[in-house]
Amino acid sequence: MALAPAGEFHASYRADMTIMPTRNSRRALLLGIVLLCFAPLVLGRYELGLLINIGFMGIAALGLNILVGFTGQISIGHAAFFGVGAFLSAYLHERFHIPVILCIPLAGLGSAVVGLVFGLPAARLKGLYLAIATLAAQFILEDFFARAQWFTGGVSGRMTEAVELFGIRFDREESYFYVVLAFTIIMFVMAANLMRTRDGRALIAVRDHYLSAEVMGINLAYYRTLSFAISSFYAGIGGALYAHYLFFVSVEAFNILFSIQFLAMVIIGGLGSVMGSLMGAAFMVLMPEGVQALADMLAGGWIDRTLKLGASISFLREMAIGAAIILFLVFEPDGLAHRWKQIKAYWKLYPFSH
Amino acid sequence: METGLLFQLVLNGLIVGALYGVVAMSFVLIYKASQVVNFAQGEFMLIGAWACWWLLTYWQLPFWIGFPVALAFMTVFGVVLQVTVLRPLIGEPVISVIMATVGLSIFFQALMKWMFGVFAQPFPAIFPVERIRIMGLEVQSVYLLSIALSLMIMLGFWWFFNFSKHGLAMRATAFDQQVAQSLGISVPQVFAMSWAISAVVSAVAGVVVGVVSGVSSGLSFYGIKVFPAVILGGLDSVVGAMLGGIIVGLLENLAQYVDSQWLNWGNMTNIAPFYALIIILLIKPYGLFGTKNIERV
Repeated sequence: MALAPAGEFHASYRADMTIMPTRNSRRALLLGIVLLCFAPLVLGRYELGLLINIGFMGIAALGLNILVGFTGQISIGHAAFFGVGAFLSAYLHERFHIPVILCIPLAGLGSAVVGLVFGLPAARLKGLYLAIATLAAQFILEDFFARAQWFTGGVSGRMTEAVELFGIRFDREESYFYVVLAFTIIMFVMAANLMRTRDGRALIAVRDHYLSAEVMGINLAYYRTLSFAISSFYAGIGGALYAHYLFFVSVEAFNILFSIQFLAMVIIGGLGSVMGSLMGAAFMVLMPEGVQALADMLAGGWIDRTLKLGASISFLREMAIGAAIILFLVFEPDGLAHRWKQIKAYWKLYPFSH
Repeated sequence: METGLLFQLVLNGLIVGALYGVVAMSFVLIYKASQVVNFAQGEFMLIGAWACWWLLTYWQLPFWIGFPVALAFMTVFGVVLQVTVLRPLIGEPVISVIMATVGLSIFFQALMKWMFGVFAQPFPAIFPVERIRIMGLEVQSVYLLSIALSLMIMLGFWWFFNFSKHGLAMRATAFDQQVAQSLGISVPQVFAMSWAISAVVSAVAGVVVGVVSGVSSGLSFYGIKVFPAVILGGLDSVVGAMLGGIIVGLLENLAQYVDSQWLNWGNMTNIAPFYALIIILLIKPYGLFGTKNIERV
């Protein structure tokens, strides 16, 4: 099968659950990855930096999407877990001299443990109570970062080392890009597969109707806590990749605004969509560039002078984040992934789309 | 042990706590009437305080004109916000609504920073600042005024919910929307009204804080401190919100006292309420006065 049929004609369970419906979609994905491998030859360092950002933000956003989109729990403290991963990876390398490439998954596991601790209340709470509990987790962890000198370096922050593998130092955008690309592919394939397993379906059942799920024999407390741990694992991996990209982790970086940015990625990308998380991350990374470009375009004009655009670009970015969340919730609640599906559906039935 | 310091901190706790209580009450008002958890409550304070400040300094209006104009603006603002952002989200999952108010919060916080800058601006002197001695403690007259105002707002709420037609309509809507509608209550109107009242009351609290310690973006942090207060008191209890606010105010200042005397950790003022919040959620998630949500399968 090279093209998808104009309708749902799956004859087996296996065919229904497949990630790649046609041969062409698999080819397109492989081609896309191969093309991305050549990106460092074509793109400049700045553009590569943006792609790297999209990569690790996408991983962390995917974690949040597993929690919010697939399990129906909410977290306003995702950036704190991202920060745990960043500091833990740097700490493990410096203290125990573990190779950095191993530190990254270990940091993910460490974040998962922290997530478990804060996820324990989540086993009993849902909806707004959970939102408030994770908000508290955000402030408590932020306070811990500022206080724990041994772990985070306190106010001065912590330096990190570059990833080293087979004698190659991945300390520039051109080389680090491949590290992030590899991690992104692994994490996304893992998430896509998770959703096809028994555990993944249990998470979705908890989201759709938790009472029925419990009646069906799904242990609610177990799966809610598990979902928290998985989400923190992804956040930790993303945070570790962030730490070894910038070579410096500052305590102030993981504030509530950053957490809200992750929520925005998930909403904009599409709740409950694996690829949507990546789309949302791309949107949120590129939007500040768009705002900047707009401000540059207007620079010097009367609009710029009356509104003081140049001096307050950071506020404009924050406003754009808030506005994006609200506009997407009101006008496109299913996010970019849904729009993409509609475009695909249009072409699937092309001449007879109505 | 310094008993003088302790008394001073307890008094501070009561004053700040009463203000938390007022904001928490306006938070509970929205939650009761329309089941929306408003993460932008602190921004209501911020916007109200900046609006009043702007009228008083830029337009040089006297306080007794500028203040009501600012409150009138907040009424319109609350209604417009409810109609444009929250009304389309009716029927969406709780998570979407929470995230919409989170979006509103960061949007308005940034907007206020853009319009008025990041530095704290003092209010023009409205009331003579005097120090009054009560039982050997020095208290600024503005603080006494703020406590009196908080008490007045509380009384106002009590009257509103128990005796006024609109307040009873609001309680009926909170109890059961369908039944309320069949009795001729306009539910959309009640929703809009609850947002308007909440915005106005928060703005009053914002102006009070602004008069005492200047207007700055730090005001929006009150909106976050509201959560420990309302969780402690129970999310749908007006009395609980007030009491929770006072307890959180006291807790903050006592934590600061313990910290300054023995622990020396620093920053306990801001973090202690959140530890308390987690503990309450673990042992008594519906708070002191909240309705227990019993689910039977």
